[in-house]
Amino acid sequence: MADTSGATVTTSPSARAAGERTAYLDVRDLKVHFPTDDGLVKAVDGLNFTVERGKTIGIVGESGSGKSVTSQGILGLHRRTRARASGQIWLDGEDLMTVTDERLRELRGNKMAMIFQDPLSALHPYYTIGSQIVEAIRVHHSDTSKSAAKAKAVDLLGLVGIPNPARRVDQYPHEFSGGMRQRAMIAMALANDPSLLIADEPTTALDVTVQAQILDLMRKLQAEFGSAIIMITHDLGVVAEMADDILVMYGGKAVEHGPVNDVFYEPEHPYTWGLLTSMPRLDRARLSRLNPVPGNPPSLINVPSGCAFHPRCAFTGQVPADACRAAVPDLTAAGPGHLTRCHLEPATRAELFASEIKPRL
Amino acid sequence: MFFYIIRRLISVVVMLFIISMTTFLVFFASPVDPASLTCAKNCTPAVIEGNRKLLGFDKPITVQYANFVKGLFVARDFPDDPEQKARAPQTVFTCAAPCLGYSQRQAKSVTEIIKDGLPITASIALGAFVLWITSGVFFGIIAALNRGRWIDRLLVGVSLIGYSLPSFFIGQLLLVFIAIKWQLWPIPNFVPLSEGLWPWMQSIFLPSLTLAAIFGASYVRLTRAYMLETMSEDYIRTARAKGVKESVVVRRHGLRAALTPIVTAAGLDLGGLLGGAIISEQVFSFRGLGWTSIQAITNTDLPVIVAVVVVASFFIVIANLVVDVLYGVIDPRVRMS
Repeated sequence: MADTSGATVTTSPSARAAGERTAYLDVRDLKVHFPTDDGLVKAVDGLNFTVERGKTIGIVGESGSGKSVTSQGILGLHRRTRARASGQIWLDGEDLMTVTDERLRELRGNKMAMIFQDPLSALHPYYTIGSQIVEAIRVHHSDTSKSAAKAKAVDLLGLVGIPNPARRVDQYPHEFSGGMRQRAMIAMALANDPSLLIADEPTTALDVTVQAQILDLMRKLQAEFGSAIIMITHDLGVVAEMADDILVMYGGKAVEHGPVNDVFYEPEHPYTWGLLTSMPRLDRARLSRLNPVPGNPPSLINVPSGCAFHPRCAFTGQVPADACRAAVPDLTAAGPGHLTRCHLEPATRAELFASEIKPRL
Repeated sequence: MFFYIIRRLISVVVMLFIISMTTFLVFFASPVDPASLTCAKNCTPAVIEGNRKLLGFDKPITVQYANFVKGLFVARDFPDDPEQKARAPQTVFTCAAPCLGYSQRQAKSVTEIIKDGLPITASIALGAFVLWITSGVFFGIIAALNRGRWIDRLLVGVSLIGYSLPSFFIGQLLLVFIAIKWQLWPIPNFVPLSEGLWPWMQSIFLPSLTLAAIFGASYVRLTRAYMLETMSEDYIRTARAKGVKESVVVRRHGLRAALTPIVTAAGLDLGGLLGGAIISEQVFSFRGLGWTSIQAITNTDLPVIVAVVVVASFFIVIANLVVDVLYGVIDPRVRMS
């Protein structure tokens, strides 16, 4: 079924506030499909969002909602033989979907860089941390001498808070602890002062204290370099702390998109409600059990008809004529810069939120 | 690293000691009288007793083994009888160190027999090793990078055929068609390396190719599998995300990691080449160690059999040691522990 998101959604809340000029990163109708033997996997199916320099967008969703595929799609890391990507990805006035592979390679690790989750497997086990950072520098600055690049690697390791960087630079990933490895990963991503930084669950593998340090570090670096950050996570706490905008993904599509405070305090979509009410609360008595969103993430091959969330949604009965099963809802404005993809009437939605959801938040 | 090698060398010595003792016991302490095996027809008790004394089978087995080990370091007399040596030196055979024994059947020191055969087998094995590693790894990478395309299917198919054909069949094909019928390559006749690099290479090419075919075919598949595995690792994606050129990603990031298990397998297979060399040597009538061991087995020439086993196990143990050391060089995670 065709995605019918209108022109109103091609610019995101923060871009609209900034006026008519295009945003630094402007993703329009991004689709990434993987043909497999079992059918077409629609991992990302028509996604729109923008990020300005110095701003952070948080992309939230369950496993398999298309978050990581989106980020790797922006970097062009999907093999063209295996993935079918369409849409537009404008980065600083350049459409990454139409540039040559060579140009894309020049941009990767240079203007746009990525911090991967699980740095133990994302760092090469056979090379020292230093040589991997040196490689990242010299790939794009072949005129930099090896010793100068290494000196910069030491600086970067110091910048991300690794003690004794001059010694650490010659160590291998397995000699680093989890948090140190993630810092090294960040140092590598920062090697060429990227203006777009994509962090794919950068803190998932870390314990909470280290997590806080890493987020702190990213905020500090963002302030210093003015990077645009895409923060991909399923941890709402991380998003609340870091993001300016939130994009909630479900089944490869955006179901809610808006400024962080709006989405957190006045969420519009039943899935977002589910996410927020499922968060464990430490400030409440342990009267009730956790409230997970019932059911499982949808299959991306046989996406449920109509609204992909309808099999798990408690409110389909409130929508007349079985529309949830029959038609894909549009992404419509629910407030200034706040978009949602739901068949519920705005008035019904407000009523349900006030009566059933808000007391549980 | 240095102490690691020293430690491993000590264990190599211990290992060889155990292997040689086991082989020695298996053959010489068997219920069959080894002396009676030394003569076939026209055997008289006098000849058997003479050979028993000549080869030292009259002594206890422990003394026999001690003499065998001693012979590796100092010269040994057959028979070990100072009185006879003083009386009639021409009847005593002196075997210079390292002495692996005396073959009564060939009236030769076993060391000499091994010395004749070893260069031939070593040449074939080395040639085969180079051929199979270069072609196996090269085509394996090509197949992995073109996974699912026709070139991948072709390579996997051809390697399956190469893998399935017995090496005596491949050897015969090469000999009959390439060398004899179409005369594309001279009929192999071993030329030592001392007579020039090219004549040597020319003489061992077909036997080596025969031996390499089976190993090479399995290395295409092995390399393909390891490359596919490493190329789907997260650190490959990281390298691409850094903007590294694809050719460098394959070489520096993919192949480097895939090489570790390949080196391990190659080292072990190199040690075990002797078994394959037997067939190749038979097909091309090369008188290498493989041929020697077949001769020794059909003639129940016990000292030669023991020596071949000891020499072969020596190379296997050394190959293992080299692999372990190389492993540490390639993989920093091994170096640490």
